[in-house]
Amino acid sequence: MEDLSRFKQTYFDESAELLEVAEAGLLRLTPGEVDSDEVNAIFRAVHSIKGGGGAFGFTELVAFAHEFETVMDGVRNNTVPVTTELVDTLIRANDLLGQMLAYAREGDPAPAGTTDGTVAALRRHLSGGAPQAQAPAAAPAAPAPVPVYADDEDDEAGLFGDAMAAIAAARAEEDPVPPGKLRWTIVFRPRPDLLMSGNEPAFMLRALRRLGDATVECHTDALPTLQTLEAELLHLSWTVTLLADADVDLDKINDVFEFVADDCDIRITADAPPPAAPEAPPPVTDPLPVAAPPAVVAAVPEPPPKTPGADAPKAEAARPRPNGGGAEHAGLTSHTIRVDLDKIDRLVNMVGEMVITQAMIAEHVRELPPGEFQELLEGLEQLAQHTRELRESVMSIRAQPVSSVFSRMPRLVRECAATTGKEVQLVTSGETTEVDKTVVENLVDPLTHMIRNSIDHGLEGPEERERVGKPRAGTVHLSAQHRSGRIVIEITDDGRGINRPKVLSKAIEKGLVQPGATLSDEEIDNLIFLPGFSTADQVSNLSGRGVGMDVVRRNITSLGGRIGVYSTPGEGSRFVLSLPLTLAVLDGMVISVGEERFVLPLTNIVESLRPKAADLHGLVGKCDVMMARGEYVRLVYLHQLFGIPGAVADPTRALVVLVETEDGSRLGLVVDEVLGQQQVVIKSLEANFRRLDGVAAATILGDGRVALILDVAGLREMSRHMDSRAPRPPSSPVAALPAPALEPV
Amino acid sequence: MEPSVKKKVLTVDDSRTMRDMVSFTLKGAGYDVVEAADGQQALGVIGANKVDLVITDLNMPVMDGLTLIRRLRATPAHRTLPILMLTTEADEKKKSEGRAVGATGWIVKPFNPEKLISVVQKVCG
Repeated sequence: MEDLSRFKQTYFDESAELLEVAEAGLLRLTPGEVDSDEVNAIFRAVHSIKGGGGAFGFTELVAFAHEFETVMDGVRNNTVPVTTELVDTLIRANDLLGQMLAYAREGDPAPAGTTDGTVAALRRHLSGGAPQAQAPAAAPAAPAPVPVYADDEDDEAGLFGDAMAAIAAARAEEDPVPPGKLRWTIVFRPRPDLLMSGNEPAFMLRALRRLGDATVECHTDALPTLQTLEAELLHLSWTVTLLADADVDLDKINDVFEFVADDCDIRITADAPPPAAPEAPPPVTDPLPVAAPPAVVAAVPEPPPKTPGADAPKAEAARPRPNGGGAEHAGLTSHTIRVDLDKIDRLVNMVGEMVITQAMIAEHVRELPPGEFQELLEGLEQLAQHTRELRESVMSIRAQPVSSVFSRMPRLVRECAATTGKEVQLVTSGETTEVDKTVVENLVDPLTHMIRNSIDHGLEGPEERERVGKPRAGTVHLSAQHRSGRIVIEITDDGRGINRPKVLSKAIEKGLVQPGATLSDEEIDNLIFLPGFSTADQVSNLSGRGVGMDVVRRNITSLGGRIGVYSTPGEGSRFVLSLPLTLAVLDGMVISVGEERFVLPLTNIVESLRPKAADLHGLVGKCDVMMARGEYVRLVYLHQLFGIPGAVADPTRALVVLVETEDGSRLGLVVDEVLGQQQVVIKSLEANFRRLDGVAAATILGDGRVALILDVAGLREMSRHMDSRAPRPPSSPVAALPAPALEPV
Repeated sequence: MEPSVKKKVLTVDDSRTMRDMVSFTLKGAGYDVVEAADGQQALGVIGANKVDLVITDLNMPVMDGLTLIRRLRATPAHRTLPILMLTTEADEKKKSEGRAVGATGWIVKPFNPEKLISVVQKVCG
């Protein structure tokens, strides 16, 4: 028979999903408001993991899953009350189940005693506290045969049974059994309603035939007259004489009648070959306690009163059923396939290369004499269109709802709340927002840290909250949404807000800020992103793991993202994370500065304009501003920032590209020329070179040259740093510029 | 005397792994297999296919195995359709529950392929 181990991978993948389902359900399990659908879903998840695990012989895992499942079954049947302790135990059990799966996947046995503690905890929750001693791990591959043949003390069978025995004995005399064989006589008299359970005697007779040479004799003695015949009832019975090899034992024959044993009279007798044979018969006596001649006969009398169970199908069948059609499903079970991620990554890469090639061809075509290659140009236009669609389709394959990350957070919140003794309610929204898988994966760590941070530093304890007139439980709101081609994730808490005096004094104490410096509220808030900064008086278990918000920010910027913080004392804080939808391709505008080419993400660009001299205002120091659309915008000279010679320095002769960051602040980038829009494949600068300020990543242009992809928010930071080295003008309009709109929390 | 026309088996289980394994095993033994992930889907599949046997899990979302059997048995066309339960335990209570609603028989998980085929042969040839 074929090996089923090829399904292990599917099993582990499926189990991973089921674990998440179970965890999500467990985290929603609240004492007093038990949702039976939810509980059923958890039960089924554990049950499926157990079922599959059994198929691959993961006995330890199955044994543990069984304990887990037993308690869930109790919850389902309302025999195990849902308490906070129970939920904790179940969550631990779910974790452990994941560990057991990991061991199984590696093919390692779990260390002795791995499950002991949790099993004990689970059993304590079972009603009556009686330990469940059954060992499900040893779930037999086949069910133990029901000993329906054993009740031969029922002597009413005597008449029939004796006759049978006589026949068998007589045959044994006149027709000896060949050596090494056994002859079985099987009398099979089903109850008339056997067919109603979907059982078919013909198939059972066929199954007997597969066991050896069978002669089937049909008895029609119970056949009613045509007038009284009920076609759906069964009136026939059979005697089968089976000459089988010695390895065919009573169990195998019983197996044939496994499902109908309770609905039939069955007698099985066996003749062994004469013991006189010089070569001893095979040791068949072990499974054959009934085999000794004269035949032992097990018998049940004529159809006895039906058991209630046997009646049930009819009663059920007779009951009219509304909605009986059920044809609403077309009959297809699944429209999805599982694909190895490597294959998709390869596809994404290939599409990326194709985008580059297409850009390259477009570049060459531009040099052709205009008007001569109309068809070629049209074809290229189409190619560009198709490439774009292909890119979008491929990227959508990897798109995942952020719920896969969000769903982990309730757990985290629970743990943090327990550690800090605070009451926390987590509200999530926008879980269905889709982002590229690479982005989703990279969200876990920053989100984890920020939520910890919000609970640990942001939220007050329940008593303090009551004192200031807030509900005891603090709320952390986690949301996701698409905004201008990026995903924006916000973590908002209704806690005490950033303690600005404390942050400032801490920063001065750590030498991060000069004593006496005047900083805006926003600048103070942003100090928490500085390396080495921590407001925690003591290194707590929660936030003080050597990971500060600086690391969070570094992680985010390395993904081409940005992070901002907005806080209102006493009302709470809001962290805003903005990330690209994908880390693979972006729509960019290629610009030139001197001999250099840069790419600006299209999503940042507002417009490009050539300023008149009257629009420009020089400010003390290096900062120039420009009046654009009624607003002062700081000018950033890219050639200065990156030290590029030969660029156009005079803004009235150059171009100013007006760019905007997610928080709405604007900059005017002074560049030589705007070369055109293009899709570019993002190549990580960190992975291939090193991190550069103001640069998000790199790409390869159509002519094969490497161009840097600019990070607008990073440029803003850089230009600020340049300002801060110069004395700040007291009434600089710039100071008021980038202040983000602070929405009420 | 094996049947010349391929018999069609419907396997109903919310676990993809289990469906895959049952499917694979039965196809290897010469059966046609169609799949459904719950009882409701199974009714749809049966509406669109002539199946010779149903193998159904008990615990499933949307519609569980017992309800599926009841629904099928309530339809005259499926009164004698063989329906096997695929249960995790050789638990007598579960079996008699299944029997009460009209199940033909049961297969114990984890099944071994040979056993599965022999059971299938027993109820649908």
